[in-house]
Amino acid sequence: MSFLAQSAAANPWFSWAYLRTNADTIRALAVEHLSLTVEAVALAVVIGMPLAVLAYWVRPLTGPILASAGVLYTIPSLGLFSFIVPIFGLSRRTVLTGLVLYALLLVIRSAVTGLSQVPADVKEAASAMGYGRLSRLLRVELPLALPAVVTGVRLATVSTVALVTVGVLVGRGGFGQLIIGGFWNNFHKAPIAAGAVLCILLAVLLDLLLAGVGRLLTPWRRTGAGA
Amino acid sequence: MNSVQQMMNWLNDPLNWTNPDGIVARLLEHLRLCGGALLLACLVAWPTGIALGRRGRGSGLVVALSNATQAIPVVALLTILPLTAVGFGARPVILALAVFAAPPLLATAHTGMREVDAEVRDAARGMGLSGWQLLWRVELPLGVPYLAAGLRTAAVQVVATAGLAALVNGGGLGMIVAAGFGLQSAGQILAGGLLIAGLALLVEALLAGVQRLVTPGSLRRI
Repeated sequence: MSFLAQSAAANPWFSWAYLRTNADTIRALAVEHLSLTVEAVALAVVIGMPLAVLAYWVRPLTGPILASAGVLYTIPSLGLFSFIVPIFGLSRRTVLTGLVLYALLLVIRSAVTGLSQVPADVKEAASAMGYGRLSRLLRVELPLALPAVVTGVRLATVSTVALVTVGVLVGRGGFGQLIIGGFWNNFHKAPIAAGAVLCILLAVLLDLLLAGVGRLLTPWRRTGAGA
Repeated sequence: MNSVQQMMNWLNDPLNWTNPDGIVARLLEHLRLCGGALLLACLVAWPTGIALGRRGRGSGLVVALSNATQAIPVVALLTILPLTAVGFGARPVILALAVFAAPPLLATAHTGMREVDAEVRDAARGMGLSGWQLLWRVELPLGVPYLAAGLRTAAVQVVATAGLAALVNGGGLGMIVAAGFGLQSAGQILAGGLLIAGLALLVEALLAGVQRLVTPGSLRRI
């Protein structure tokens, strides 16, 4: 617009000045994003593992448990969040509930897969050694299912990090606040790019961390070919 | 008045269906966006997946691609694309949705081709089929169940994700929810959510039926 005295302000995708002046906001949003992710995945594991064991022990329940988690997973995030809003309002709990419901399917499915892949002769040997149902589960079956569970938790974590951004709907979207905030703030590119990059970095970081934890938890798998 | 009742009231108002930005218009817009994205993703992902799968290559690439797209927030892509050369309007939304639809299509096309029995291929070659005949008469028919499974996953994903386009004013059924937040109308928010969820479940059920139809009985376990 040449008739204006001043040309349009620069709007770069990356700006140190933006990051410096908004460090406090970004830090607060990082805490929000991380805490929502960690709490959601932790709750999903706490709720999902007993359900997975139930599905594994009681065969007739396997189908219904996986199917209901699957239906929850199919419901679009925008739809699910809008169902929860009337219950918890525009609060952090709304986002957290939605995230947990999504992570549940990934945790349950991987745990059921892992548990059902425990070889029958191993289970037989454990029973023959005098393990009861519960101790066999805790000391034989769950450790053998651990690699599958870790894979499921990694998947759940990565998708939860991405999904937190949808929380902007109720104003609790972590880095999503930067992304959508920048868009509606006259297409300010610096916060959009910062939010997107930080989001992906967080996902990669947590994934690597969990992969490391998985390796530490399964020392017997490290001796052969590296996973 | 509780919010479920408010939702029923909102859905019962015929004007909310026939308005220029009412349910019917938004639904058609939603389906247009999804159809475009799915078509684009199929056009790119299927030939690539089939070509890589037939040569028995690219497994690493397929896995890496589907992992990478898991980490990219839909919201980020929907926001960034309009500010690039793509421009505003339906195009960036279709492109963003296609990015998320491509990995399942690519992976299933790849698997479908890998799963074709090497002996079947040999037999077809022995009968004198050329490369294209082998693809059209043997490999593709055998791969149809896999392609259908991928299409179902991709379509449900796209229909669900398209709701988020409303966060950047991109159209579709999500606009009803977004407008509901703007108006502080619990009934409208809930109604929009119900419509989006209903559409996703409907598409899932329909395509599950299609997948069953094109899958021979002996293969019905995927």
